[in-house]
This record gives sequence, structure tokens and C-alpha cells, in this order.
Amino acid sequence: MASYSTNEFRSGLRVMLDGEPYVIVENEFVKPGKGQAFNRVKLKNLKTGRVIDRTFKSGESVEAADVVDVELQYLYTDGAFWHFMDPESFEQYAASEAAMGEAAQWLKGEERCQVTLYNGEPLTVSAPNFVELKIVETDPGVRGDTASGGTKPAKLETGAVVKVPLFVEEGEVIRVDTRTGAYVSRVK
Amino acid sequence: MSAGGGWRPSASLRALRARAELLAAIRAFFAERGVLEVDCPALGAAGAPDAWIEPFRVRTPHGPRFLHTSPELAMKRLLAAGSGDIYFLGHVYRAGEWGRRHNPEFTLLEWYRLGWDHHRLMEEVAALVAALFPPAAEHPPEKLTYETAFRRSLGIDPWTAGAGELARVAGRRGLTGGADWDRAAWLDLLFAEIVARDFPADRLTLVHDFPPEQAALARLREGPRPRAERFELFWGPMELANGFHELTDAVEQRARFEGERTRRRAAGLPEVPPDARFLAALEAGLPDCAGVALGVDRLLMEILGADQIGAVLPFDWSRA
Repeated sequence: MASYSTNEFRSGLRVMLDGEPYVIVENEFVKPGKGQAFNRVKLKNLKTGRVIDRTFKSGESVEAADVVDVELQYLYTDGAFWHFMDPESFEQYAASEAAMGEAAQWLKGEERCQVTLYNGEPLTVSAPNFVELKIVETDPGVRGDTASGGTKPAKLETGAVVKVPLFVEEGEVIRVDTRTGAYVSRVK
Repeated sequence: MSAGGGWRPSASLRALRARAELLAAIRAFFAERGVLEVDCPALGAAGAPDAWIEPFRVRTPHGPRFLHTSPELAMKRLLAAGSGDIYFLGHVYRAGEWGRRHNPEFTLLEWYRLGWDHHRLMEEVAALVAALFPPAAEHPPEKLTYETAFRRSLGIDPWTAGAGELARVAGRRGLTGGADWDRAAWLDLLFAEIVARDFPADRLTLVHDFPPEQAALARLREGPRPRAERFELFWGPMELANGFHELTDAVEQRARFEGERTRRRAAGLPEVPPDARFLAALEAGLPDCAGVALGVDRLLMEILGADQIGAVLPFDWSRA
């Protein structure tokens, strides 16, 4: 297995600590003039998202984590797993509910998603930044009220619920920013 | 530190002007005080076997050389040859030291005063910095021993606390290290990350009388609690200078070099041959003196309020 010396530490580097995959968030070199050198490092656990602090003696090495980012196409869910395919190799991957996180509520099929693989298994899945989905359920709009800035909940075809302006109707397709869950516009 | 930015300098033009003014002001300070500038070679046949300072090794047609990590050994040979008070202002090189406050090639000011001890030299260092950096002139420096600094910040005695106790104290302050670290490692980390951070932000701090393991090339005052006649200068938590009441005993010096070489071997670091010419100069007689080295780039960072060293260098390590 590859390893990294503290001299190679930089933010974004993925390493193994205590048997768990982490990404380096911050790395600071500390050295009293005549004394030993250290690297004070902030690391985020890629499974739990928890951030921890560790201090290494400079020159120490840590094992590299077998973590890669790939773009996969979402196929379908069987309820327990979400299935993806590599559009180049046609290799298929199954992501657990934990790996899907928030992404599950935005996917209906065929979307290209950023997937982080750890030891060849999906660790985290990110939905595309913008998705276009049909409204399957919302209260009727209030006629003439297009400028008040009021909102109402709308249920989308994937099951996600977003706040939409009052004038948006059931059956319309809207554009949503998946990073914030915010309505962007109607799609004609 | 990003590689982007192509050919452009890492410092602004304003910083480059301030740098030129600072170098000129340093030279004026020493010219006025009758201290002679000396220009020491950067490539020497031997190095200083500091356990924790790594020299760059250079292959030359005439055999291996080392880029100097400080001009200390050459300057002491000049002192032994009768130079009188001298200073060096130039570049030194330390492999692997790269970070927000470190550049592997940096500018060091080092000077020696004959017949002085470390206390008298501390006054001159503080006077120099006050002359170059006006905020440092507003309050007298805070002066305390290494022991007091540790007791005040952490409530422990740095002469007697064991590795286990130091690790516990560090843990309480959110510092985690390795289970196998020794006392020396914990003292270095605690000093840099906790003790120094407790120094006042608005004035210079002078820490003196270090534990004997950290004597480096300083004289040792024997007693029930031996103390190394060494000091460091800080602005807030930023280490600016390190000085010694210099060790002049050749036998003791040889033993210290061996100690450092043993530490290097234990840490798996490559050998640095001891400088036989320096030891011969010590045997011929180094006059009683005190010496100090000051990081010029760090001082310029404070003068300009820069938060990383690249902002005060024409081209930092990522662009050099």
C-alpha cells in the first residue's frame, strides 16, 4: 500500500488513520528553531464527517487511503441499495443508504453523480448540483398573487419536498439546487 | 503556497521595498555600533550536526558539500582568529522546513559580541527589534525563564515532568501526539503550541535559561538544576531569535556534537560529519562571547502584518 510522508501532506489528501479513511482538511508545519518539527493536522473522517486534530512528528508516514472520485450513472434503487454504473466500463456499484445520504431524494434515474469509492465501494454520493423534477403534489396557486414572495411546500416525483413560489402549479417541472434544496426556476 | 500565479513574485512591491529598507536599517544599526559585517561561505565541507536541523547536501566536482544551516561555525572560526564583534546577514538553508512561517531558504541575521553574556545580548536584540519595528518600542520586553513560562502556562516543572505527564497536560489542551513520544518531543510541542501562545501579543518576550538537553551550543550553569545560558526572542507567539552565551570549551563541544550525532542515528537521520576545523578553532581558543541569530523574514512578516512567509519573499519555495 502506498504511504505519504508528512512532507507530502496537503489539504485534500486521503489517508488511513486507526483503520478509517480520512481527508486532510488543514496542515500546519510547526517547528521551534532548535527543536523537533511537527505537522498539526485537521482531518475529516470520510465515513462520519467528524473532524479531528492530530499531531505528527515531521517525517512520519501514514498509509494512503484507497479512495477515488468517479462519475457514475444512477440506474435504480431496490429499496435497500442504490445502483450505479460506470458509463465507460459498464461496471456496476451498489451504494448503501448511509453512502447516499441527502443525495437519494434528488435522483430518479440516469443522472451522472460524483461518487467517492473506498476500497471499491461507494462511500459518499453527491447528486448533480441542479436537477429538474416534476411536482406531483402542491396546493393550488393563488390567482393573481405572483409578487408577494410567499412560498408553499411542493412534493416532487422523487419524494423530496421543496418550497416553491405560490404561482407554481402541480404537474410543472422545476429546477432545484441540490446543495441547498432551494427552488431555482420553472422549466418550460 | 499554491503553484499557481506562474512567473509573478509571491511578495507585493510594497513588501519588497520594506524588505530593502529593513536590510539597509540592519546594516546601519551595526555600522553605527562598530560591528563588522562578514560574508561566510554557504557551501561548506562539514555541517553542524544539529539533531533537528537538516542540511541540504550538494554534489560538487570536488566532493560532497553542505549548504550552511547557519553561519555559526564559520563565524566562530573568525572570532577565534581575532575578528572582534561580527555580524552576518544572508541566506541559510534548512531542508524540509516549509510552512506558513518557514521557507527552506531564508534570511538570517547572526551576530557575536565579545565579552558579553546572554543577558547583555538580550538587551541589544530587543533594542535592534525596537529600532526596526516601532510597536516593539512601546513596552519594555517581558523577560522570564523557560521554567517560569512552563509553570505559568501549564502548571508543570519542565525539568522533572515525565513524558506521560506532559502527554496528559497536552491532551487536556487538545494536543494529541504519538504514544511513543519522549520528553523532548512533548516539551518542543508544548512550548511552540501552548506556552508561546500565552506570551503577550503587544510586546517582545525573552525566554532564557533552558533545560540542559536543549543547551545546543550554549554554556551550562551547573548546580542542582543545571541551566543552559540560552535565550529566545518572541513577538506574541512568533519565534524571532535564538541566542547563547557561547560554549567555548572544546572538549565539552566535542561531546555535544557526539550527543547530537547519537540522536540523529537514533532517529534514522543521515550522518553529518562534525566540523574538524571548527573544533580546531575552539581548541586554539574562542574568546568569551554571546551570539544570536534572528529570522529576518519573520520580523518582516510582523512589520507588514503578513500571515505567511511567502508574502515577504520575492519568490517563495513554491515559485523559486
